[in-house]
Amino acid sequence: MSYDAWHIWAIILGLGAGTYLLRLSFLGMIGDRPLPAWVLRHLRYTAVAVMPGLITPLILFPQATGGEMDPVRLGAALATIGISLWTRNVTLTIFGGAAVLFALHFALI
Amino acid sequence: MTNTFSEFRAGTRAGLPFILVIAPFGAVFGVVATEAGLDLAQVMGFSFLVIAGAAQFVALQMMVENAPVLIVLAASLAVNLRMAMYSAALAPHLGSLSFARRALVAYVLVDQTFAAASLHYEQTPPRTAAQKMAYFLGVSTPVVPVWYAATWAGAVLGSAVPPGLPIDFAVPITFLALIVPMLRSAAHVVAALVSIIGVLVFAFLPYNTGLLIAALLAMVAGAETERRMAAR
Repeated sequence: MSYDAWHIWAIILGLGAGTYLLRLSFLGMIGDRPLPAWVLRHLRYTAVAVMPGLITPLILFPQATGGEMDPVRLGAALATIGISLWTRNVTLTIFGGAAVLFALHFALI
Repeated sequence: MTNTFSEFRAGTRAGLPFILVIAPFGAVFGVVATEAGLDLAQVMGFSFLVIAGAAQFVALQMMVENAPVLIVLAASLAVNLRMAMYSAALAPHLGSLSFARRALVAYVLVDQTFAAASLHYEQTPPRTAAQKMAYFLGVSTPVVPVWYAATWAGAVLGSAVPPGLPIDFAVPITFLALIVPMLRSAAHVVAALVSIIGVLVFAFLPYNTGLLIAALLAMVAGAETERRMAAR
């Protein structure tokens, strides 16, 4: 990369400040003013609306394989969903999913 | 008081497994950023001031391509627009806290802390805002310092991580572990499906805007499903 040091710091400080303002936005402005019921009804779905979309491309087209579907990652994702439904425990699911990921990685290499 | 502290501890326990994800992710950022030519202060500046892995990687990738500063900022901030949605979702829970406390929570608002806290707020009986903040800070206690430490280790120790390991996939695994328990009503399932389909349909849009459109559609779909089921 061919930036001056101050360009790099401009990116770091700009991204840091911008990200912080996004995080503070509603939390800082709205405070405890009551929100209308329809707004709350939409906000209830924030997590399930953002996160599946965030990880879908990572599962189907991982950058590490150049965007090609990969049996190791796809298998680990399905196993993670299965373990979650079976154990209903977040910690066990993360460890179980990671174990399946590495097991498939070394089995299929 | 005891109650607030037990919420903090419960949060910390919920945050511990994220170390599995945060540590390799932060270390990889430290390695890649150093190899790209950033000095230690700059690498650590990213992890202290931004604390958002995906956006940091996007910024780094575009810096390697020598994109103009404003374009780098626009693209990486677009990746973080979801933080505003998280902020709005937290406001009903934490809005009655003092501004300084809300400002502190905002600093440690990342995907993992938000997901763990919103799952907890939905599953447990109503808590005070102070207890909810204690839980949130509890979750972030193992998450945020490990992010700093792992970035530093990656930058200083270099690629001690053996190449070829699928550690990039730690992130989807954690998110799956958090999302699946949230799918406890038809409306939540509808929202998740719309999110998945939407992100694939709008994948052609630049700067991650497809994810934002998909997320907005999914929120509307979830809320509308809930309203119709309640009306029946």
